[in-house]
Amino acid sequence: MGLYDIAFYIISAITVLAAVGVVAARNPVHAVLFLILAFFNAAGLMVLMGAEFLAMLLVVVYVGAVAVLFLFVVMMLDVDFVRLRQGFAQYLPAGLVGAIVLLVEMLVVTQAAKDIRQPMVAELRHPENVRAIGYELYTDYAFYFQACGIILLIAMIGAIVLTLRHHPNVRRQNIARQVGRRREDSMEIVSVKTGSGVEE
Amino acid sequence: MNGVMQSVANWWDGVWGPISGTPVGWTLFTTGQILLVTVGILLSLAFLLLADRKIWAGVQMRKGPNVVGPFGLLQSFADFLKFVTKEIVIPAGSDKVVFLLAPLLTFILAFIGWAVVPFAPGWVIADLNVGILYLFAISSLGVYGIIMGGWASNSKYPFLGGLRSAAQMVSYEVSIGFVIVTVILLAGSMNLSDIVNNQAGGLAHWHAFAPKTLVIMFPMMVIFFVSALAETNRPPFDLPEAESELVAGYQVEYSSTPYLLFMIGEYANIVLMCAMLTILFFGGWHPPLDVAPLTWLHPFVWFALKVVFWFFMFAMVKAIVPRYRYDQLMRLGWKVFLPTSLVAVALVAAIQVYGRVS
Repeated sequence: MGLYDIAFYIISAITVLAAVGVVAARNPVHAVLFLILAFFNAAGLMVLMGAEFLAMLLVVVYVGAVAVLFLFVVMMLDVDFVRLRQGFAQYLPAGLVGAIVLLVEMLVVTQAAKDIRQPMVAELRHPENVRAIGYELYTDYAFYFQACGIILLIAMIGAIVLTLRHHPNVRRQNIARQVGRRREDSMEIVSVKTGSGVEE
Repeated sequence: MNGVMQSVANWWDGVWGPISGTPVGWTLFTTGQILLVTVGILLSLAFLLLADRKIWAGVQMRKGPNVVGPFGLLQSFADFLKFVTKEIVIPAGSDKVVFLLAPLLTFILAFIGWAVVPFAPGWVIADLNVGILYLFAISSLGVYGIIMGGWASNSKYPFLGGLRSAAQMVSYEVSIGFVIVTVILLAGSMNLSDIVNNQAGGLAHWHAFAPKTLVIMFPMMVIFFVSALAETNRPPFDLPEAESELVAGYQVEYSSTPYLLFMIGEYANIVLMCAMLTILFFGGWHPPLDVAPLTWLHPFVWFALKVVFWFFMFAMVKAIVPRYRYDQLMRLGWKVFLPTSLVAVALVAAIQVYGRVS
């Protein structure tokens, strides 16, 4: 058993334990923290497989941004987990059916994959991780890649449309106008004679 | 004397010879490297912290710390002893595990980023192919220490501070990411040593000053610098710990060693950002001019000098710029930096593809 195996068993054990923790934790914030631990260790497993670029992206995107927003929302919402657990026995059969279907499907897929003639993984044209992914994305899969971009753009526009509200009475700061303001436009220096006041 | 040296060398060969190359030897060697870097950074932090306070004091025409040791040089060590010997107060309603985990996380994340920083040619613990992404990933994790600390304190001011910093750090990460992409496009590599070597040959080859891309890359360096200020919660973007509004933000409930860990982590992050600025834009360990007297200095000295220069800029900004309001902060991040850096990525990519005339 080399260093590689030791690292694999440690990291995968932590991943599984963290995943159990996500479901078992009583406090929703703890659940999200366990989820982050699981993400992070999944990135570790990817490094062991030699996919260091994907591992870093997983950490940057999922751990660094998405999970932060999860945590943000969970902290703000006052989720009552005790009440959520009340229907546990009631939903158990439905959950079990779903789990069994998923298990059977996974077993069928892993068995069926043995019969496939052509390679499942695209042939790498470049030894370096980043370049290999880049070449594949922008040659063979260029259209799918573009389609993903358009879908994301539509999702972004949708999110903006859903949350954009024009409040009529809000005074907004117009920085260009503030900076563009000049002395002549806004003030005037007058010398006032004592006792006579300022003339209009 | 020579005989003594010889016998010491023999003894060393006898001890090290059998284990070098084995997993045990590798583990010992790497642990030694890690300890060297960590202790080196901790020691230099002690003096950089003092420099920060001295510069700040200088701008305000005060003397700054000058009592402990000559010129106050030992001030940080006195502060350290004081922090460690104080009582650790844990609020009754807090989530104890997360409360203590938060400063540890900040501290550890601030230091593991240094693993990929090349101090001089070959002076790097882990020469990763995706080194720059690793640094970016680690610095994007830094927000967890702050959110966890803010939440676990179970108190209003820390919680508000934690939420503010979550929004702030996620916003500025985006523009930092795009600026990094421009540098990756210029260097054609994500390896930090390759990025530094791409800038060999003096000032005109540094990414910030190369004539062909000067108009784009110099503003990118400024954007990176300002975003780094926001990312490390330094003034003028220290809203998560704004004294006038939130007392001390997420740090309110922390005392003693946990607070010390938060503070060391924060400063280690700042110096890490200075090192990133040096590597990405200021030519890393390369001297400003490739002529005789300047090249005599060891590359590490140049690297350290540049990091200290950037730290000086951080300290000056803290001393002379007033704090931003929250909506101004968000406007700057999303409406100014993000579009600018996005356009810069497109321009740099175009120059790299079509601009190879010179």
